[in-house]
Amino acid sequence: MIKLENIHRNFQVGDQTVHALNDITLTINDGEYLSVMGPSGSGKSTLLNLLGLLDQPSSGKYFLNGNDVTELSEDMQASTRNKNIGFVFQVFHLIPRLTAAENIELPLVLAGIDEKIRKQRVSHALESMNLIERAEHKPPQLSGGQRQRVAIARATIMQPSVLLADEPTGNLDQKAGLNVIETLEQLNQHGITLIIVTHDETLGARSTRSIRMLDGRIESDNIASWTG
Amino acid sequence: MLLLRDAVRFSWHALTANTVRTFLMLLAMSIGVGSVVILTALGEGARNYITNEFSSLGTNLVIVIPGRSETSGGDPATMLGVTERDLTLNDALALTRHPQVQRIAPLNIGGAEISWQGRKREVSIQGTSAEFLKLRHWEMSQGKFLPDTDWQRPKSVCVIGINIRNEIFGAHAALGKWLRIGDRRFRVIGILASEGQSLGIDVSDSVIIPVASAQSLFNVPSLFRIFVEVKTREAIPKVMAFIKNTLRDRHQGEEDVTVITQDAVLATFDRILTALTYAVGGIAAISLAVAGILIMNVMLVTVSQRTSEIGLLKSLGASGKAILKLILIEAVLLSSLGAAFGFALGQAGSWVIRYAFPVLPAYPPTWAMVASLLVALITGILFSLLPAKKAARLNPVDALMRR
Ligand SMILES: Nc1ncnc2c1ncn2[C@@H]1O[C@H](COP(=O)(O)OP(=O)(O)OP(=O)(O)O)[C@@H](O)[C@H]1O
Ligand SMILES: [Mg+2]
Repeated sequence: MIKLENIHRNFQVGDQTVHALNDITLTINDGEYLSVMGPSGSGKSTLLNLLGLLDQPSSGKYFLNGNDVTELSEDMQASTRNKNIGFVFQVFHLIPRLTAAENIELPLVLAGIDEKIRKQRVSHALESMNLIERAEHKPPQLSGGQRQRVAIARATIMQPSVLLADEPTGNLDQKAGLNVIETLEQLNQHGITLIIVTHDETLGARSTRSIRMLDGRIESDNIASWTG
Repeated sequence: MLLLRDAVRFSWHALTANTVRTFLMLLAMSIGVGSVVILTALGEGARNYITNEFSSLGTNLVIVIPGRSETSGGDPATMLGVTERDLTLNDALALTRHPQVQRIAPLNIGGAEISWQGRKREVSIQGTSAEFLKLRHWEMSQGKFLPDTDWQRPKSVCVIGINIRNEIFGAHAALGKWLRIGDRRFRVIGILASEGQSLGIDVSDSVIIPVASAQSLFNVPSLFRIFVEVKTREAIPKVMAFIKNTLRDRHQGEEDVTVITQDAVLATFDRILTALTYAVGGIAAISLAVAGILIMNVMLVTVSQRTSEIGLLKSLGASGKAILKLILIEAVLLSSLGAAFGFALGQAGSWVIRYAFPVLPAYPPTWAMVASLLVALITGILFSLLPAKKAARLNPVDALMRR
């Protein structure tokens, strides 16, 4: 479970303070499917980075599964990120010199997991992402949709409880984008908490809950009726 | 926790993926380490060469050289022997009168062609006396050394080194044969067993004849050297004073000879050449430091080129420590590889020098090899610390944004 209490995030730009997040209070239950929408610069990415422990709030509290994670040391935050949180980015962020399989393996390597177990889990992930034939291909040899599926496999290989996706379809055509969204939704159906930032209203409409942001605040928070 | 084995594999991958950068860094490191190894090998080789040359002469030796040197004792220039006044056989004979003198041998040197039954060779001929054998600690393999007779009387006999024997006489017995030296003939009465170098002449390539014969053969009245072996080490200063006084008296009060001890020559050369070795080693070490700075720059560029990769690793759960580890391992891999290549380069270079100049035992000293490897590793790590720390501190959000 995710709980944010009066979160502020300010950026100092010259002598101007930007309130990227302005008093955010939000509770997200395990297994929820949440979309975050809002105009550019409204603070969506900042919120997602904060949820993923990539960024620290200027003030406020963040509880992840009951623990105050803002108090954790840098090392502990890194390990929490490794075990509990998966990221999917708009620009994939795959390492071009590594094969698809090696990219997917990275979080396991960082966790220091035994090589045998790693190989098993990677081949399992490749299978479920329909990427077996692409295992030894490097990112430049893959299509956008395939790259994003590799990134999703990497984000979920540690079986995290939360999957954060910042405009995951932003660099994909409609067909590939839909395929990626369906893949993410499947993971959500298996219990992962899915939080997607998107500009696409139709994608936003697919989620069970949608929040709209404006100027660092949550403008609206609807638990939409599931029309799927 | 990131396992060391996986970290090494990851870093190795990063290295091999960027071949140009890796090659340049390896080149810089190799040149640094290689030049330390080669230059110190050269210095050490020169030192050993000189030391061997002179220590093979004999013990407690005092050497009289015609010509005056301003610095008393071992100025290497005097070894070239600029003759101002002749040093005669009678001068040498006069020196035998000191009770502490064990033995004395005069020496004359000249080049001549030798031949026997059509086989010819250009060799350097040494004219000396019977005492020379013991003074030089030589051994005979066959026959006898020069007879112990009046130095002033030429005698048509010669003693040859083992190489001369093999090259000129081949399968024939050499003893008793008449060897032509220049325009004269000398009977071979002995063959030397000893080998090795001294005074720039290989013993096995030597031809030795009585000093008076050499003087008339080359038509040079002056001696090249007088070797005086002193009974004890303690008596050397006294004997040196005696030599100087005697020769001054004999040369109308002019101090026109240089008297040196073998020890002094050795010590001087040793000092000069050791200093030289350190100096070239130091100069080469600077190139290592330059290599270190190059590594730092390239690692800094690497870190900024791979900023988004580092951000990604952090987002996947890499701690600052893990990033530090990865970058440092990359640096260690690079510098140890560079050091290894440089070491090989240095050894190969030293081998080439030894091959091209067989007289020069150009082996790199152990301290130089160990030091260059250590310096390479340490500079590699030290200069990568800054970029690695920079990488570890990167803010993951900013890092991911950069492409
Ligand atoms: N590192 C930063 N330094 C200064 N200001 C920042 C920084 N990061 C974000 N901001 C500011 O915070 C505000 C929110 O930015 P954020 O990236 O969260 O917007 P967003 O909703 O994700 O926009 P978009 O839809 O364009 O991605 C913006 O005004 C932005 O300029
Ligand atoms: Mg954004």
